[in-house]
Amino acid sequence: MDNPGPDTIVRGMTHDLIIVGGGLNGAALALAAARSGLTACVLDALPRAARMSGDFDGRSYALAQASQRMLAGLGLWDALAEHAQPMNEIKVTDGRVGAAEVFLGLHFQSAELESGPMGYMVEDRHLRPTLLRALDDTDGITLRDGARVTAQAVEATGVTVTLEDGTTVSGRVLVGADGRQSGTATRAGIRRTGWRYGQTALVCAIAHERPHHGVAHQLFLPPGPLAILPLTGNRSSIVWSESTEAAAEIQALPDEAYLEVLRPRFGDFLGEISLAGTRYAYPLGMTLANAFTAPRLALVGDAAHGVHPIAGQGLNAGLRDVAALAHVLDHATRRGEDIAAPQVLDRYQSWRRFDTATLAASTDLFNRLFSTDNPLLRAGRDLGMALVNAAPGLRRGIIREAAGLSGDLPDLMRG
Amino acid sequence: MGKVVTSTVDASEIAKFEAMAAEWWDPNGKFKPLHMLNPCRLDYITSQIAAEYDRVLGTPAPFDGLRILDIGCGGGLLCEPMARLGAEVVGVDAAGRNIPVAQAHAAQSGLEIDYRHTTAEALAEAGERFDVVLNMEVVEHVADPLAYLTACRQLLKPGGLHICSTINRNPKSFAMAIVGAEYVMRWLPKGTHEWHKFITPDELFELMSQAGLEPVDRKGFVFNPVSWKWRLSDRDLSVNYVTAALAPALPA
Repeated sequence: MDNPGPDTIVRGMTHDLIIVGGGLNGAALALAAARSGLTACVLDALPRAARMSGDFDGRSYALAQASQRMLAGLGLWDALAEHAQPMNEIKVTDGRVGAAEVFLGLHFQSAELESGPMGYMVEDRHLRPTLLRALDDTDGITLRDGARVTAQAVEATGVTVTLEDGTTVSGRVLVGADGRQSGTATRAGIRRTGWRYGQTALVCAIAHERPHHGVAHQLFLPPGPLAILPLTGNRSSIVWSESTEAAAEIQALPDEAYLEVLRPRFGDFLGEISLAGTRYAYPLGMTLANAFTAPRLALVGDAAHGVHPIAGQGLNAGLRDVAALAHVLDHATRRGEDIAAPQVLDRYQSWRRFDTATLAASTDLFNRLFSTDNPLLRAGRDLGMALVNAAPGLRRGIIREAAGLSGDLPDLMRG
Repeated sequence: MGKVVTSTVDASEIAKFEAMAAEWWDPNGKFKPLHMLNPCRLDYITSQIAAEYDRVLGTPAPFDGLRILDIGCGGGLLCEPMARLGAEVVGVDAAGRNIPVAQAHAAQSGLEIDYRHTTAEALAEAGERFDVVLNMEVVEHVADPLAYLTACRQLLKPGGLHICSTINRNPKSFAMAIVGAEYVMRWLPKGTHEWHKFITPDELFELMSQAGLEPVDRKGFVFNPVSWKWRLSDRDLSVNYVTAALAPALPA
């Protein structure tokens, strides 16, 4: 580590990047920037111990193939591979609670991609400590935990951030990787557009009797979609959407009663099920920052956009921001450009803002279409599904999109 | 400004740029087209220098030890990146008002750059020598291109690298660079360019050869109106293009 502690506040000691937020996106950005020779100070509001706990808490991520490539590019995949569950297949099924499921015939297989599985399931307890260890081991990265930002000032020659303890950190570019409630965005006067769905996602991990064979399931049920995503061993991660009122009731139930509600939705194809971690409830909504950049400032991840987690695209979209910003900064550095110049940061914004708005709108449409009991909508949707399946080109397009392989790929996400 | 020794600079051309000097560093100001083109120019310049001097881009200060001259430096849009990459940079401009603008900005960027109000001819006469001469979007503004390119060659150390970009002369370049950029898009003030001064790539190669330079490469700068970006092209040199040439090496 270079210059930790008091040195960072000495005038003239500036970091190329000040990254507010020590989550997955913030850490990944610091590592990516270091590969371009840029220094970074990561300010994490949480104490380090909170990030390093090795117990399984039920949280996991569906990493698209592009995200996996990026982690590999950052040198992290060797440590993660043994804990990652490949997703070889995604089955999309339509159904009604308790009724026999209707297989919609929408079937995505990784064999339709050029290489590798469609994605991987990785648990938070493995991903987070791997990133933190890499931050410690990388020259040019300073990590300050328990560091809460109270003020930020942008000047012609740099940006200065003031922490709760009164110390200041100065740098060339400020990056907000501080989530949906991004203080960095708020302090910069960036407003957000957002809406709620009146739905809540119930998230938990379960253990089941029979092996999942690396198959992910997306069940479209009238109350909302249910995703069953394979974890290592005979375990799966569940993302289950219900109306806000119903979800509040279900979340309040004791474990056994909770499972009783889940069982008819889940079905019995994996045998008996039991809980394997903490239960979470996340109100679903979409937020989009009105700008992803401001003078000397860029927003990444949920600070820029929070999408409905229906397709597991939240972290993937965040990593795509990180890869795009790192790409823009890397190319600017190679050319000798000022990384903080407005025209440099604009390249990041114009790259990502369009992609993100498209993803937000299509995910929204997808969810509205599948969370319905309206027979007309259902008929139209089933016809659409059949068409998608009959047209291999279109289906392959959807697979590549879900795997994060469509569009203009940042260097870090190329194979 | 007074006449600086024997100069091939056209006095009315200098006045046009003096009027625009303060706008140099506004990416959305009058020099917006140059800011838009700059990444593409820098990609070409940096890769040519790296290849010629065996430097690795992406490492700290890859151009350390190289002395680079930028002719027609304006506000320093090329000088600053070269200095950031570790080069010792001299920027000259025949328009005196650009010099304080460039100096002020370099100070703000924390960069050391030697900006001078002079001409290529005067520098050559004073015996200054460089590893690299950047001659970007200048040759179409000078009164005597051959005399000017000869001065550029004299400014190079033996085997030194000369990078020169300009605008082709054909109906398309007239439509794009003058009607499009000056009248339709209002990117450039009317009268910035005079079409008859534009030079075709073959003419430029011939002029450079006459000036004692050995042309080694040429590429097009192509604007894509859909992505709103410039890119380098091996084939399309129909409007903006860039060339690389070498000064003769010392006899072995």
